[in-house]
Amino acid sequence: MSEQQEFLEKARSPFSEAFEMFRKNHAAMAGLVVLLLIVLGGFLGPYLYVGDPFEMVWAPTTPPGEEGYFLGTDYLGRDMVSMLIYGARVSIAIGLSAALLTVFIGITVGALAGFYKGWVEEVLMRITEFFQVLPTLLFSMVIVALFGASLPMITLAIGLVSWPAVARITRSEFLRIRELEYVTAARACGVTNSKLIFTVILPNALPPIIVQAALMVGSAILFEAGLSFLGLTDPNIISWGQIIGSNRPYILDASYTVTIPGVAIFVTVLAISLVGDGLNDALNPKLRQR
Amino acid sequence: MVILTTILQRIFYAVMLLIAVLVLNFSMLHLAPGDIADTIAQASGGADADVMEQIRRDYGLDQPFFVQLGQYIGKVLSFDLGHSFFYNQPVTTLILEKVPATLLLVITAQIFALVVGVLLGVFSARNPNGMLSHFVTFVALLGYAAPVFWTGILLLIAFSLNIQLFPSGGMIDVTVEGGFFAQTWDLLKHMVLPVVTLSTIFLALYSRLCRASMMEVLGTDYIRTAKAKGLSENEIIYKHALKNSLSPVVTLAGIQFSAVISGAVLVEAVFSWPGLGSLALQSIIARDTPTILGILFFSALVVIVGNLITDMILRMIDPRVGSKG
Amino acid sequence: MAALLKVENLRIELTTRDGIAPVIDDLSLELNAGETLSFVGESGCGKSMTALAIMGLLPDKVGRVASGTIMFDGEDLAKASDARLREIRGNDISMIFQEPMTSLNPVYTIGEQIAEVLRRHQNMDQAAARSRALELLDAVRIPNPKSRVDDYPHQMSGGQRQRVMIAIALACEPKILIADEPTTALDVTVQAQIFDLLRDLGKETGTAIILITHDMGAVAEMAERMIVMYAGRKAEEGPVDQIIEHPRHPYTKGLISCVPHLVAQLSDDRPELTEVRGIVPSLMDFGRDECLFSSRCERADDKCRSSRPTEMKFKNDQHSACWQAKEL
Repeated sequence: MSEQQEFLEKARSPFSEAFEMFRKNHAAMAGLVVLLLIVLGGFLGPYLYVGDPFEMVWAPTTPPGEEGYFLGTDYLGRDMVSMLIYGARVSIAIGLSAALLTVFIGITVGALAGFYKGWVEEVLMRITEFFQVLPTLLFSMVIVALFGASLPMITLAIGLVSWPAVARITRSEFLRIRELEYVTAARACGVTNSKLIFTVILPNALPPIIVQAALMVGSAILFEAGLSFLGLTDPNIISWGQIIGSNRPYILDASYTVTIPGVAIFVTVLAISLVGDGLNDALNPKLRQR
Repeated sequence: MVILTTILQRIFYAVMLLIAVLVLNFSMLHLAPGDIADTIAQASGGADADVMEQIRRDYGLDQPFFVQLGQYIGKVLSFDLGHSFFYNQPVTTLILEKVPATLLLVITAQIFALVVGVLLGVFSARNPNGMLSHFVTFVALLGYAAPVFWTGILLLIAFSLNIQLFPSGGMIDVTVEGGFFAQTWDLLKHMVLPVVTLSTIFLALYSRLCRASMMEVLGTDYIRTAKAKGLSENEIIYKHALKNSLSPVVTLAGIQFSAVISGAVLVEAVFSWPGLGSLALQSIIARDTPTILGILFFSALVVIVGNLITDMILRMIDPRVGSKG
Repeated sequence: MAALLKVENLRIELTTRDGIAPVIDDLSLELNAGETLSFVGESGCGKSMTALAIMGLLPDKVGRVASGTIMFDGEDLAKASDARLREIRGNDISMIFQEPMTSLNPVYTIGEQIAEVLRRHQNMDQAAARSRALELLDAVRIPNPKSRVDDYPHQMSGGQRQRVMIAIALACEPKILIADEPTTALDVTVQAQIFDLLRDLGKETGTAIILITHDMGAVAEMAERMIVMYAGRKAEEGPVDQIIEHPRHPYTKGLISCVPHLVAQLSDDRPELTEVRGIVPSLMDFGRDECLFSSRCERADDKCRSSRPTEMKFKNDQHSACWQAKEL
């Protein structure tokens, strides 16, 4: 029994070691704290700071601090604080769901290509290359234009254009791991292919995929911001990029309406990339030895 | 001979990719809600019977899917991307009009990002713990996290509205008199902000990668050989190390080509740059489907050609690229 | 005759994570013009460090000459400026390395890589350097040099690449050539060819050769004198034949008995192949006042474990740093 415990502890130790590494990385921890604050702000904000982001509350383009509006009002006289809080939820929701979709497609394609090799790999990698040839933003603009600009469609569009990077990483990890002895051993024991993929290879391929997934959340947020900056988003939804886009004509009078939401996007994505870098250092065994 | 066959192979593959883009375009048209004629005709209000009839004839809607697809591909390969009912012009004409502006922006930004990125990377690799090295790390984070359209607006506010150094948008000022030189100078002034904005993302990527690959190359055996030959530091860095550390940077630049075009769409929107991105945005708002699909096709063509050129450059830099197959 | 190269009381310190370690500790040696001297020992004994110190190529910020002198032609290389060292490197002293596969720059032709060193040190122009490069390729016995001079390294085999390295090293007719394990990475048949080439060219040009190796067989064939190094210190030094016949240090003895044909005729009953048990101590123990070999030595006694042996001299300048050298 104690032997089993010892084994389990050993099995867990790489992750606890990675966790230790991550905890000691100040930049990554700072990023994580900022990220948690933004998520909390987005979801608890509406209860702490009551206000309708769509409602005109004061004269348009009131500068920050005046009349009790901490961040001022936009060109329609809407309270910037309410809008930012509301926008945070959209950014985070789209960022997470699009990244999830990206990772799902990417892992599926990459795992099949890397595991089966041969013509399966050939076909799947040609498809991946094909998707890399299409400029992502233009492609998703076309999707949104043809199929409508609802949030699910935007998420789908982002997911559809971003997965090749994940697929490539997954494939190369699978190609590497499938040749390792423990996979051969599992195969020799008669483990089925689906079990090999999901329980033997995938868990070992995860570290770089996790890092990529974290970065994907950041680029999905940037992507959504770009689309909504161009006005290609659900008009009934406020997002950070959309605030910038709709206030763009008024920068001469009220540059803060553009600057502030930009800072929000920047800080969020920066925090995510710091966390991603921290995960990379923590999960990459080569770096850990240094 | 070997080189000729590889080039032919690459071109064949490029054509296959382009046909795949067309299949995708056509399938999306079919998948979009409503009849194709409806989708296409939305620009003109959708009700005009003559227009609907023309679209049906153009796309052969009475034929089976694959016949329609074949006809579509055949038309595109003879440079006919369809008719824009919004602009009432052939799509090919519309696009060709806007291509030079976008290419100018995209290529200048790529070159600028490459040159500055490589220089920053080399300088910081020579002193990995120096100020410049930290600066490169910092710029890399900035370039990754800042939305490009936001960077553009900030630069616009700073250098066009506050300090009136550069024009706030457009590509040329039609009121500028004078000869070729005055007009070129005017164009250059219009280019500065868009090019710098678009470059920031890629500059960050390239400088970081160049720094990493330079540091790796500086630790190789052949650099030790170069030192043992008694070469000067500059010869070692700029002759022996640089050419080797360029390959990964050029490869990345090739991969980034489609991202540069995506970025250009946003930059064009910020600076009212009269290129493909602005055209795409206008046609999406006008629901001018043939133009949108034509632009998607054309930008894929630009990316593919960009990749071919990258491939050639890589072969020139590294003699091993071709021979490994 | 004064020695061409005279190293005295050389101490090289390496900064490691655990502190500063003396990778070379109080090493003295002499190299005469035209002779072949061999450094022998296991990996990590400081052979390559010594070579790099002579070249002025110790790793930046990590290794440094802490004390001692490296006199070459009346000039102390340990104190020479970077610019002066660059003039000497590749011209008066040159070096070839263990890894021919990676030691040539993959993106330049071999002709260019040979010509470059000629332009640098001999003030040759493009055309002269190129025709001299062709001669050199011929000299290192690369068949049909005219068709190979514009080849890139990846188009050549490991042996050919090492020949190119030798051509680069000998291009300026240096006084000293340092060959750091030049054949370790090559096939056995190619090894012999490279050694032949080195020996012949060394004789033709009068270049003194420092051959770094752990292969006693190569030493016996190539060198006149040898220095056995162990853990950064000189264990034994002297004429090759004499040492092989009668080693005065248990470490040398161990190394020799690893190569059976050195001591026995093929027809004789061969003793069992032996090895030197144990491993080289860790870098951090290099500075200790003891015989560093004592942990692996069957004969070690308390004296060996408590004080560093002084050198004992035997006939024909054979030296041994062993307390029991006389009894051996």
